[in-house]
Amino acid sequence: MSQSLVEIKDVTFSRGDRIIYQNMSFSVPTGKITAIMGPSGIGKTTMLRLIGGQLKPDSGDILFAGESIPKMSRSELYQARERMSMLFQSGALFTDMSVFDNIAFPLREHTKLSEEIIRIIVLMKLEAVGLRGARDLMPSELSGGMARRAALARAIALDPELIMYDEPFAGQDPISMGVLVKLIKSLNQTLNITSLVVTHDVTEVMSIADHVVILADKGVIGEGSPEQVAQSESPLVQQFLQGLSDGPVPFHFDAAPYNQDLLMGSERG
Amino acid sequence: MVNTIQTIGRNTLDTLAGIGRALLMLLGAIFSVPNVRKGTPLLIKQLYMVGFLSLIIILVSGLFIGMVLALQGYTVLVDYGAEDSLGPLVALSLLRELGPVVTALLFAGRAGSALTAEIGLMKATEQLTSLEMMAVDPLKRVIAPRFWAGMISMPLLAMIFSAIAILGAHIVGVDWLGVDSGSFWSIMQAQVSFEKDILNGAIKAVVFAFVVTWIALYKGYDCVPTSEGISKATTETVVQSSLAVLGLDFVLTAIMFGA
Repeated sequence: MSQSLVEIKDVTFSRGDRIIYQNMSFSVPTGKITAIMGPSGIGKTTMLRLIGGQLKPDSGDILFAGESIPKMSRSELYQARERMSMLFQSGALFTDMSVFDNIAFPLREHTKLSEEIIRIIVLMKLEAVGLRGARDLMPSELSGGMARRAALARAIALDPELIMYDEPFAGQDPISMGVLVKLIKSLNQTLNITSLVVTHDVTEVMSIADHVVILADKGVIGEGSPEQVAQSESPLVQQFLQGLSDGPVPFHFDAAPYNQDLLMGSERG
Repeated sequence: MVNTIQTIGRNTLDTLAGIGRALLMLLGAIFSVPNVRKGTPLLIKQLYMVGFLSLIIILVSGLFIGMVLALQGYTVLVDYGAEDSLGPLVALSLLRELGPVVTALLFAGRAGSALTAEIGLMKATEQLTSLEMMAVDPLKRVIAPRFWAGMISMPLLAMIFSAIAILGAHIVGVDWLGVDSGSFWSIMQAQVSFEKDILNGAIKAVVFAFVVTWIALYKGYDCVPTSEGISKATTETVVQSSLAVLGLDFVLTAIMFGA
């Protein structure tokens, strides 16, 4: 197998007139945890949707295990998706099914395993995320952190080669955040799953990532190991990593000069 | 002036694109190889949600509409001594028009709005996207069972509506106002034709079921996944499917019963 499970090659993608990425390239090494970071609204989730084949780039190529995702037919894409999974920000558990059935869902859809074996696999996955006791609960009865862990159990049900985490730490309390960080690390180590974590929680993800990609200005502004990125000389990378309120990314949204704006208000009256 | 033309052009293009998306959704949902093992439980669940749970509103509305129809019909007919014709009057109005039309309107309000809101929320909570990412086609898994459940249950509900309304008319006309029970049923039997009245009414019900279910599913599937978007989509489902039913009813009536 090649060194990189996913390769983004010269990808340009736009929505309407707005260019999101221009000639962007980076790779996701096999068996490692790669963190994609960047300011909000930069199109990090869009990146995951491009890799999942839900969106197509305007130009460039996206390779998954050496095969081009944008060039795949619908059935080939569905076959590729059985080998990858995605943890959504909201968890996206099916609200009309119990936790157990949610995790059994991909197994029942894609395998012909007997219910007895499915039960064993589901319990193993639930044990891995610490929710074996919550199997009979409905998604509405779970806390935010538990819902995300249940969704994680569902994401690993089919033993994928790649898991994409979309903002896994957003809105979590420190304990759930710690649990998720530990889970992402242990799943990566024990199952050797290539992990792609999209986030802007710098401290958490820097502690577990093997490879970091920082997106801004329609492309990659920093890439490498956490140490390499931390020592980057780019002011934009430093502003992002240190969480400074002002810098290359301005604190103020584009506007007319302050005093001029205040005076105009009375004229409009 | 130029702005008006631009707006008209843009709206026309948007509408055409919408019709195209709705057609693609429908084709993707119904022209697929059915999987009996997985599909049957999904269909049964939707028949319960869409059909069985609509029964109460259909039964109660049917009973009252039949009762009102008999009361109104009787007061006119009795002036001409023609109250024996109450049976066919009620039966023909119900089987040809009121049964399919009122059922479709109630169905749009009860089941159509629920379908739109459910699918819209599934979209907003990324459940549809997660199905796609799990290599499960949401058109087959979510849209198809709901479509067939609507197509099966609405015509049945229309039949139940007509039947219960005729019973309601019997309660008022015969038991309360004193129309002869024998004439009520026998003249009805003589006047109602199976092909012309019952079959045409059933065809109307099938057409309305198709239109209402399609609009409801498309509006949910295509909605903007925000609370405002879902609220707008639900309203559009009820308004557009009601108007479509009433408009199509005129067209169908003109074809079936016109000169």
